[in-house]
Amino acid sequence: MTRVPSVTSQILDAAPSRRGFLTGAGAVGLGGLLAACGVGGGSDKGAAGSGKGSIRALFMKQAGYSEENIRAMTSSFQKANPGVKVTTDFVSYEALHDKIVAAAPAGTYDVVLIDVIWPAEFGSKHIVADVTSKWPASWKQKMLPGAVATPQYDGKLYGVPWILDTKYFFYNTAHLQKAKVDPAQLDTWDGVMKAARTIKASGATTYPLVWSWQQAEALICDYAQLVGAFGGTFLDDSGKPAFNQGGGVQAVEFMRQSVVDKLSNPGSTQSLEEDVRRVFSAGQASMALNWTYMYGLADDPKQSQVAGDVAVLQTPKGTQGRPGVNGSMALAVSSGSKQQKAAWDYVTYLTSQPVQDKYALSSLPVWQSSYDDPKVVKTNPAVVPQAKKQLGDMILRPQVQSYNAVSQALQAEIQNALLGKKTPQKAMDDAASKASSLLGS
Amino acid sequence: MALLLPAAVVVFGVVLYPVIRTFVVSLYDVNSPMAGAYPFVGLHNYTRVFQDSGFYPVLGHTLYFTLVSTFAELTLGIAVALLLNAPLKARWLWRSIVVLPWALPTIVNGALWRWIYNGQYGALNGVLDSLGISHTPHQWLGSPFLALNMVILADVWKNTSIVVFFILAGLQTIPADLYEAARMDGAGAWKAFWRVTLPLLAPSIAVVLILRTIEAFKVFDIIYVMTGGGPASGTQTIAFYTYLQAFSNQLFGYGAALAYLIVIAVFVLAMAYLRILRQGQMAGVE
Repeated sequence: MTRVPSVTSQILDAAPSRRGFLTGAGAVGLGGLLAACGVGGGSDKGAAGSGKGSIRALFMKQAGYSEENIRAMTSSFQKANPGVKVTTDFVSYEALHDKIVAAAPAGTYDVVLIDVIWPAEFGSKHIVADVTSKWPASWKQKMLPGAVATPQYDGKLYGVPWILDTKYFFYNTAHLQKAKVDPAQLDTWDGVMKAARTIKASGATTYPLVWSWQQAEALICDYAQLVGAFGGTFLDDSGKPAFNQGGGVQAVEFMRQSVVDKLSNPGSTQSLEEDVRRVFSAGQASMALNWTYMYGLADDPKQSQVAGDVAVLQTPKGTQGRPGVNGSMALAVSSGSKQQKAAWDYVTYLTSQPVQDKYALSSLPVWQSSYDDPKVVKTNPAVVPQAKKQLGDMILRPQVQSYNAVSQALQAEIQNALLGKKTPQKAMDDAASKASSLLGS
Repeated sequence: MALLLPAAVVVFGVVLYPVIRTFVVSLYDVNSPMAGAYPFVGLHNYTRVFQDSGFYPVLGHTLYFTLVSTFAELTLGIAVALLLNAPLKARWLWRSIVVLPWALPTIVNGALWRWIYNGQYGALNGVLDSLGISHTPHQWLGSPFLALNMVILADVWKNTSIVVFFILAGLQTIPADLYEAARMDGAGAWKAFWRVTLPLLAPSIAVVLILRTIEAFKVFDIIYVMTGGGPASGTQTIAFYTYLQAFSNQLFGYGAALAYLIVIAVFVLAMAYLRILRQGQMAGVE
């Protein structure tokens, strides 16, 4: 048979001979020894800089202030500070942590938006700068306690709180009316489940509830709020996992039961906050937990089919109270920034009371006195009264360096329970045993 | 010699340096992206992989993904290529259409299929409903094993294109007189396919098999976009797990060891294929 010419022969000809391969491997090994003198990425030695020049800031695309808000704030900052030019970048929340980590050695960003669960990790690894000494003494009194806790780890402050948020309970007034459900019933989780049954029976929605239960941090935020309602804690006083006892397990049982009873949308296990907002705004859910930002968008006729029918409440009460999950975020200065002075000026501008008050519809201010300012209340009359009640009562997720790994273990196991692959108790026991080894306890 | 310098710089910069650096990092307990003195742990990060109970399910998903997607892409690709090699009307049009999925960036493809599979408003449930096949909406990405298969389907939709090209190119090198000779010897279409087409296609099949196996083994982006590794970690693959360990958990040393194991596995696969291929070609020459 004749040999058919093909690309294969070229590849074969290019395949290394044994000797060639060994030489190559030897070179790689030698190179390894040479490179061994320095491990890890770049330097964390930043510099204050002159306070003038270009800086780069990293934000997230969803929840809190919109891209438009942030661009407008930035351009007014630049007008007030003509010597500073700010470039803003936006990524989804799910990519934010990893982008900060990947960009840290090169010092790409001068300012980064950090979540309340990251100061332990970023602070201890010197990814963001310790700004404790820069905080004016008055801020701690003037800001809400939940805000002050956001950038804090081990007594130090690693940023300035900017997005003060927790999950509120949203409902569709038209659906409740149709099903003749009294909104007062939504004060407790028991009442919510009863209301959901009535709404389902009325045919207003097939699945009255929708949640952000995708295998992601969003799931832990919903879970944390329920853990609080049922009186559980993530870790006990000695730092050992405690979510496999009492309220921690009851929260999962509650979640699973709502799936079994077909009251929660089965798509919840594949949904993030934005999916919740879309389903709710399309009128396909009657009730949902979500961050402050959902109100503005769900009540906007351009983006929602249920505008005018949206109402918002404090998170419902469980057997042990109603703390909201602390889902706040802070602006931090990168350790590697060569323009730390300009970065700090930008951070203090964005977090200042007048700027926060102006954009209160997207995200509520961290400043206590804003909540009594009629102008702010007017910006977001639906959420501010609920926020006043809720923001003083918040539950924190564990402030530990290995938080992400612990959270991943929890996410996977809670999903196992939600999908009926394990009982809630077994799932949480498995999560606790993984978490124990991660926490070294 | 000087002309080779730019190429050498590029090869060293984007291939050799990262390969060496990753190996070095894998020998240390690096737990931060910042420079620092990290403890040297030798091969501990490698032994740790095999003690990690999270690693085995992930390995299973990866092997399943690789086997099923490569097999599906190959059989489908050969079938489509045979069809496009036949004298069709407007053959150029069909061939251009086949390129389209491959021309889509994986991220776009993943987002597209995520929407198609959406249980609430996805097109797949819509089609099944309007055809009267199923009126209850399905959660295509709602349970671990189903989700893995649905991601594979999305991958097959995109990557079958490249298989079609390789096979089509191979088909066009087969001289028409061979088929004529086969026909004169009394072979039907089926027999001609088995006795003439397939043996002569073997080199093209082998090349595309190597490419697709390696690519599938390293799959990351489509998973990241479509499922984020969920539900219940059911779609996590080795590359995705490596990413989680390195960037989300900042276990760079461990992540580097995992990455190295992927490199070794892919290298062994490629060498095995090349060996089989070389033997096949030797037999062909004789």
